[in-house]
Amino acid sequence: MSLWINIKRVARYGFIGFIRNGFVSLSAVLIMTITLFVVATILISGAALNETLQNLKARVDVSVYFTTNATAEQIEDIKKMLEGQPEVASVTYLDRESALARFRERHKSDQRILQALDELDENPLGASLEVRAKEVSQYEAIAKFLEAQQEKSATTGIDNVNFYQNKTAIDRLTSIIETSNRVGIALALILGLASVLISFNTIRLAIYTSRNEIGVMNIVGAGRWYVRGPFVIAGILYGLVSGLIVLVLLYPFTLYFGPASQRFLGEFNVFTYYASNFALLFLVVMGGGIALGALSSYLAVRRYLRT
Amino acid sequence: MIYYDKVTKIYEDGAHAVEDITLGIDAGEFVSIVGHSGAGKTTLLKMLFAEVRPTEGSIFFGSRDIGSLSNQELLRMRRNIGTIFQDFRLIPTKTVYENIAFALEVAGKSDEDIKADVPHVLELVGLFHKIWNFPNQLSGGEQQRVAIARAIVNQPDVLIADEPTGNLDPINAHDVVEILKKINDLGTTVLLATHNKSIVDTVKRRVVTMDQGSIIRDDKSGKYVL
Repeated sequence: MSLWINIKRVARYGFIGFIRNGFVSLSAVLIMTITLFVVATILISGAALNETLQNLKARVDVSVYFTTNATAEQIEDIKKMLEGQPEVASVTYLDRESALARFRERHKSDQRILQALDELDENPLGASLEVRAKEVSQYEAIAKFLEAQQEKSATTGIDNVNFYQNKTAIDRLTSIIETSNRVGIALALILGLASVLISFNTIRLAIYTSRNEIGVMNIVGAGRWYVRGPFVIAGILYGLVSGLIVLVLLYPFTLYFGPASQRFLGEFNVFTYYASNFALLFLVVMGGGIALGALSSYLAVRRYLRT
Repeated sequence: MIYYDKVTKIYEDGAHAVEDITLGIDAGEFVSIVGHSGAGKTTLLKMLFAEVRPTEGSIFFGSRDIGSLSNQELLRMRRNIGTIFQDFRLIPTKTVYENIAFALEVAGKSDEDIKADVPHVLELVGLFHKIWNFPNQLSGGEQQRVAIARAIVNQPDVLIADEPTGNLDPINAHDVVEILKKINDLGTTVLLATHNKSIVDTVKRRVVTMDQGSIIRDDKSGKYVL
């Protein structure tokens, strides 16, 4: 007999078993839906945390403010020196006029400030350099370097280095994010493992109800794969159905929490993530579901196979 | 055809189920194995299709030692032995048709053969009209007849019946035994384990009597004597 006929028969019995054991299938699908939903949520929140951390890191910088009478040469000297440092990723120059324009833009709704500004004869703002480091931890070194330059302010024209004003805030933020990342990974692992075990156990119970059936198949002379196949097919169906449910459920879920997540996390929108990373989510949720269902069934039937 | 050579079975809990039994059965025989519960009848039969392995001794099926068979050979041998049990052991999620078809599929029969053989064997046991029912929609006697149909559909050389009438009323029990006799008349060797005296007495064939794991009588045309 051809292998193809065997595969056809096994697949057919897998489908029939899935339908006829309706209640058992339903509970397995429900549990696996929850598991896969947890997995998807872990994936999305991990991405959210990571992207938020990146965004925050990108916002950290050291600004060097120059006195209003600092010369272009002085500023250029400092800029060159900074660019020579290995820790420095970029240095952006902001001249006095741009600084004023930016100041006006930022306070455009505050008429009193704008009026006060208009009453001044000359631009009160100095030029500045925005320095970005390659790593958050390297700001300290850059700030120290600039501090040393500041002490010679007569020759360098540096008025102020703002890093020390932000230092504690930056340090705290970095440590909060890194801790929450670590806790998040640990929590995700525990939660993920727990739900996988619950799914596995549910499928094992489903197959436990069929243990006599497996015994009969053994006695009639069915080969291992002939007994195991339909259960593995049913397991794959559990995974497929619950995977689909999760992917569909994520749509209204992320749509609903999208604006809230953006308000809370700054730039990360869970709906945008769902929409633009659908292929990845599809692969993880469906692949995970199918693998979990098939493997659970495979292992559970093995217990009752006697040949 | 079947030969038990000094077979002993001691279970893991230390129970001596079968003790040093030597027994030969020819092709085409109808052998009733009788004895009280716990005499070792079921163990003796289970060892024939290798659901239980003997602690000592060998069992030959044809010329082959069952203990030396590979997995594949064992499966093939099982397809050549039909089995019926007290609790019917039908697959509850399959219809009558599918239960019987399953045994044929396992044996590698084509879809055409299966479509032809299943109704045929159901007619033989008088259950053609229940072909699309599920086991839980059948009475005990009907379920046992489905089990018999499944056991014989592959035309096995041997039919093993372990207390097939244990859960049946006398009329159904009588019907089952009549079917077994008919199968035997068609050439299949039948091994029937039972403690039902009236059944054994109506069969009037060879009777092997067991007690505490040993054979105490072996009568060519016997009655139930204990």
